[in-house]
Amino acid sequence: MPGSTQGFDLNDKIESTYSPRQMALRRFMANKAAVVSCFILGALTLFVVLAPFTARYGVNEAVQVPPNSFLTPRTQAWLGTDDIGRDLYSRLIYGVRVSLLIGLASGLISVTLGALVGAVAGFRGGKFDDIMMRVTDLFLAFPFLVSLLVVRNVLGALTWLRPITGDMSSVRFIIFLFGIFGWMGVARIVRGQVLSLKEREFVEAARAVGASRRYIIIRHLLPNSVGPIMVALTFSIVGAIIGESTLAFFGYGPQAGDGATSLGILVGTAKGAVLTGFWWLAVFPCMALTVIALSINFIGDALRDATDPRLDRGAK
Amino acid sequence: MFRYIFRRAAWSVPTLMLVTFMVYIALRIGTNPVESYKRINPRATKEKIQEYIDINGLDPNYVKGYFTWLKNFLTGNWPRSIKGSREVWPALKDAMANTLRLGTVASVVGIFFGLITGVFAALKPGGRRDIFFTTSAFVGISVPPFISAILLQLLFAVYWQRWFGSSLFPTSGVYPAGHVGFNLFLMLKFMALPTIVVAIQIVAIYSRYMRSSLIEVLNSDYMRTARSKGISERRILFNHGMRNALIPLVTIAALDFGSIVGGLIITENIFSYPGMGLYFLKSFGEGDFPLLMPWMVVIVSSVLAFNLLADIAYAWLDPRIRLE
Repeated sequence: MPGSTQGFDLNDKIESTYSPRQMALRRFMANKAAVVSCFILGALTLFVVLAPFTARYGVNEAVQVPPNSFLTPRTQAWLGTDDIGRDLYSRLIYGVRVSLLIGLASGLISVTLGALVGAVAGFRGGKFDDIMMRVTDLFLAFPFLVSLLVVRNVLGALTWLRPITGDMSSVRFIIFLFGIFGWMGVARIVRGQVLSLKEREFVEAARAVGASRRYIIIRHLLPNSVGPIMVALTFSIVGAIIGESTLAFFGYGPQAGDGATSLGILVGTAKGAVLTGFWWLAVFPCMALTVIALSINFIGDALRDATDPRLDRGAK
Repeated sequence: MFRYIFRRAAWSVPTLMLVTFMVYIALRIGTNPVESYKRINPRATKEKIQEYIDINGLDPNYVKGYFTWLKNFLTGNWPRSIKGSREVWPALKDAMANTLRLGTVASVVGIFFGLITGVFAALKPGGRRDIFFTTSAFVGISVPPFISAILLQLLFAVYWQRWFGSSLFPTSGVYPAGHVGFNLFLMLKFMALPTIVVAIQIVAIYSRYMRSSLIEVLNSDYMRTARSKGISERRILFNHGMRNALIPLVTIAALDFGSIVGGLIITENIFSYPGMGLYFLKSFGEGDFPLLMPWMVVIVSSVLAFNLLADIAYAWLDPRIRLE
């Protein structure tokens, strides 16, 4: 069958003319859910960054003179109003802005910290590695909310940390908390990658020509772990966003000083709105959180499939 | 085998002590037990406070204090709660029973449906059914439990009542207010919504694991061998495929114990279900050290026990595992 042989050759050629990075990009683009998620997240980010133009009212501004509380969705307030007459649509935009900031900032902190710790632990092995892994195992085995609350209170009680973390009810503290909290998952992923990389020839070659440990980690191991690190970044971003909402839901989140808001605060007020039947206060913040969490998870999943060629998904 | 089990079990005792010591320090820094005692009991005399410090092992020296606490804990000399001076054990026992009930029902329901959907998805990877189940499981994992709880409450309790006159499921508690005695039907009705919320997570987790595990097994060589011998498809799936696919799931079951308890805590709080989660959040909010420490011991021991159980089951199920 000459046709099929030719087709095989052709495919082979196409595959080989792309760099691994381009191949990963192609695989990522082939995942429709992830591409759609990218668009949604991009649009959302643009929307909330331009909050002064897209929001219809200020974050702490009433829609109209009283009576204005618990208005159902209408042209004046597209998504209804809350207990003191503030526009839910505008507050949602400001809230998503804060939540995305928390996710991104603490995601970056935990990825930097986790990648370094994971790379060093995986590369050096020995006692340091053992202790690191035991500690992360322990934390990950605990119920998430329990360790989160306990760590939060411990961090808040350490007065010498105050200048860095700020007050316990501030957004800065939450960012710091999830940065501290999220590195463990990242460290685990990066460590696994480094463990398999360090036996490879190019690392051995680098060692043979006398490269220092630091050089090998920074120039060889970390750049070759970009895929897993990106995946870990998406997971820690979504973890921080959901974690903030969970904390706020139970009343341990950032406090709403001056009407400031976050997705967590909005979802937290939803708890009180449910039994009284003010459905819009519950449904819209929950929907926003779900859409954000789903999109980031889809992207992370696609990134993992795209950057790990060994993973075949079993779909063939 | 027995030596292996014995050694693993023996190791869990020092681990338990180390972890409870860390929890002890964390709680002392995080909740400041003495201050909370003074806050809840503003008229407590100096002797009362000193008595509280002594029995709880709240010595300024953490190591000394920990061992005082441990001694009192082991000898059954448990301090009373700081609010209302209640006995700790009855409250803990009730909470444990309630959570165990909710957790068991949710796990059974969740694992059952999770495995079934996982198998269906794995039978034809890439098919329409596979895409449906995989996507649903993905959504199930991504949506935090409190969101599904809120939406279910809104739908089945609040709006059901508006539309049909009476709510389908109650939203809080184990029994209606003032109910005495045991009533299975009422209990199940009250447990329905929290069970669904917890089970959604479990279904999603297990469905994903079962799918990938079964796909791997179905593509392995011994499946081809079994087919070539002419064994029926049904027998291949159940006797060869499922059996081997379930082995890795055992470890996952234990490792996910923490996340299931985490989901339970959140769910219980939303539905005011008087279990371990509500117990924890209440006592944590009040900084109630005498209530918190036994709770932590229970959780830490169950996490360790599940890990141990998983290792043993794994070694027992998979003869290729080397015990040394």
